[in-house]
Amino acid sequence: MANLKTAEKKTKAQSMGMHTEVLTGKTQQKFFNPDEAENFFYWGTHDVDFNKRTELDVKDLDCKQANEKIDILMSEGYGTIVIKNPQGKHSLGVGILNKLNLIFEGSLGYFGVGAIDGPIVTVKGRVGWSCAENMMAGKVVIEKNAGSCFGAAIRGGDLICKGSVGARTGIDQKGGSIIVGGDAGAFTGFMMQRGRIVILGDVGINLGDSMYDGTIYVGGKIGSFGSDAVESPITKSDIDWLTRKLKVAEIGSNVDLSKMTKVVAGKKLWNYDALEPTERKGAI
Amino acid sequence: MCGIAGLIHRGKSSNVGEELQNMLQALKHRGPDSTGYALYANNDGQNFILRFKVGENVGEGSTSVNEDESVYDERKKIVDKKLSELGAPIIKEEKLTPYSYRYEVQYGKDLMWFSQAIESIENVEILSIGKSLELIKDLGDATAVSERYGLNKVQGTHGIGHARMATESGVDIKSAHPFWGYPFADVSVVHNGQLTNYWNNRRALENKGMRFMSECDSELIAVFLAEKMRNGATLEEGMRESLTGLDGVFTYFVATKDSLGMAKDTMAAKPLVLYESDDLVAMGSEEIAIRSILPQEIDTYDPFDGEVKVWQT
Repeated sequence: MANLKTAEKKTKAQSMGMHTEVLTGKTQQKFFNPDEAENFFYWGTHDVDFNKRTELDVKDLDCKQANEKIDILMSEGYGTIVIKNPQGKHSLGVGILNKLNLIFEGSLGYFGVGAIDGPIVTVKGRVGWSCAENMMAGKVVIEKNAGSCFGAAIRGGDLICKGSVGARTGIDQKGGSIIVGGDAGAFTGFMMQRGRIVILGDVGINLGDSMYDGTIYVGGKIGSFGSDAVESPITKSDIDWLTRKLKVAEIGSNVDLSKMTKVVAGKKLWNYDALEPTERKGAI
Repeated sequence: MCGIAGLIHRGKSSNVGEELQNMLQALKHRGPDSTGYALYANNDGQNFILRFKVGENVGEGSTSVNEDESVYDERKKIVDKKLSELGAPIIKEEKLTPYSYRYEVQYGKDLMWFSQAIESIENVEILSIGKSLELIKDLGDATAVSERYGLNKVQGTHGIGHARMATESGVDIKSAHPFWGYPFADVSVVHNGQLTNYWNNRRALENKGMRFMSECDSELIAVFLAEKMRNGATLEEGMRESLTGLDGVFTYFVATKDSLGMAKDTMAAKPLVLYESDDLVAMGSEEIAIRSILPQEIDTYDPFDGEVKVWQT
């Protein structure tokens, strides 16, 4: 870390008087300097070549060692990495912030490919709880089933499971798309705030419970609607979007999209108004 | 947090002791305090296997009070005397640790009466009674407990196990899982989760004559199911009633002499991964437990909320 106390050259922000404090101790605060190229660099990313391919056997590695190996391979320019023998290990492939073609030949445990921003991931087996949690961008395809909290709090990208998923799919979702070829468990779309969820099969109880916003499409039976989740008519633009997304996902080509159930927030639980609590109670 | 694992071979036997040890060891990070096994072994079925303890493991990490080992010997003598009074001859006896024993006894009368008589001895607890059930639990991880009790050569058809992280009760054997389904022979239960109507249910069941040996909420499941079965319900019926009768979050396994079942609460708040084929069902809190015995690529899935399943040997 730079010695801020003895640094001679001030940043532009300091020169402009935006920061006047004298730093005398350790700090993690970094001042923004538009003149420095580092501000246009996404820390932790690598330039990779999709045509440069390699394999990594993680059978005898723990998750930290495996993730470090992936990072090293990316730093060497490998843009297609095939992971052999993941064998249900947790937290594999997390925190990848650049373009990458990542293929898992097997199944992942919990928290697989979380906090990613850009890679294209294929899992040829299943995934455990909280797959792709906090995903920002990219595409993740699970060939088999997924556990609970699939796509928890994702912000963007396409998250696809060709099999069935567990409970609380898309909990706290803030953007992006979650597409499921099979069934989904209870509390699907729980507290979701934005984005879309598509379930081609059946869903469990409390669908869309306490959702703020966003849209859920269901092809099969619905166990029950959650609090403040309501049905909405499906429109042509919905069908256009579904057609496009399902084509990307390579599933659901024989589904009659016009017969899907569209679920949105009733917005009666919203707190973004000037109502007093007693008045809000009356509105509900 | 706790980790649970179970497996059942259909139509054949296997080294279930070693298999369950591997599965539970893979889940060690979920529960380092104690480990328990309920193994359904290939016994001859002639006599009852009585596993009981006369004291606690007071080793490192235990919350139990230290006792002189001579006290254990005294209690064991009283157990032997009680068995004689009950007309239950001891065919074979093994001292496994200073505080735990495995007896083979002949007995053909009411097991509840039998159990009450044995447990009337201070600090004596029956861990299990059955013709095939071998219930072992102690402090330490799966490997340590297996080595202490020589479990990795046990041949059998099925078993369930538990790696415990003590949360609401002590680090001791009496709070460790599995729990025996008193007073039914060959019934055992392991649980991952928390039950929030424990005391209401416990008071009601105690008023009906059921017995609790610990203050661990998981014991309630074993007693709850045992009471349902005492009143004529099948195992599966009892398990389905537990989905509404028990409040809280839970995934639990229950095993009998020829079956293995799982139940998941209606919120699906506790994890479970399941593998099912024609000749084997294996399940655990995490997939790595299943992978420890099936390293090849397999299809697994998470059972849904409110799901109950039972498999036969």
